Amino acid sequence: MLYLYDGALDVPQILKDWYEQEANSNYGAYIPFVGTVRSEDGIEGLSFDIYEPILNSWFEAWQRKAKERGAVIKMAHSRGDVMLHESSYIAAVFSPKRRVALEFIDEFVEDFKASAPIWKYDLRGGKRIYALDRSTAIKGSGILK
Amino acid sequence: MVTVEFLGPIQKESLKLEIANLSELAKILQNDEEMRPWLENSAVAVNDMLVNSRDVELKDGDRVALLPPVCGG
Repeated sequence: MLYLYDGALDVPQILKDWYEQEANSNYGAYIPFVGTVRSEDGIEGLSFDIYEPILNSWFEAWQRKAKERGAVIKMAHSRGDVMLHESSYIAAVFSPKRRVALEFIDEFVEDFKASAPIWKYDLRGGKRIYALDRSTAIKGSGILK
Repeated sequence: MVTVEFLGPIQKESLKLEIANLSELAKILQNDEEMRPWLENSAVAVNDMLVNSRDVELKDGDRVALLPPVCGG
């Protein structure tokens, strides 16, 4: 399941909800990754834009891959502003055995960084500044140049 | 009419164009000075499906989107 929220994520609540959703699903492993906004280079926080139609299809493709391995993925992400020490991203894998979940969370988060249609901005002096130097061109970019 | 949308940080209003393929769109956008840097690093989606080549025919009502480099998380 994919969950989008305006502003920072309520991490304890989301982790608890997900735990409870799968408590009786007979998964042996629950491996969450929580991304937190760090104080770095004087930023006040981060801000995010999301293009949902393509994010949804990208996530559904990963959910199918997870299902083939007996696993399930959950992901939560923020829209808009997220301030220092708040969290903007949680991904979690549930699987029968830990090895699949550990490998899957790594592959999933790497592809998320490279492909998910989400744009990050630094918040400085009340302005939103696109974080181009930390961004990755989606595979196949540049066909119109 | 084809709608062209510019996503994320590309500060440009969407366009409505009479174009039959992505090569025609490329020619139009290459003439736009502000768009040139984005053409280098943006991906293209037609009706919310990413495409890997310009050899895509467009028909009336299609939606094209330009997706600049991403950074979720």
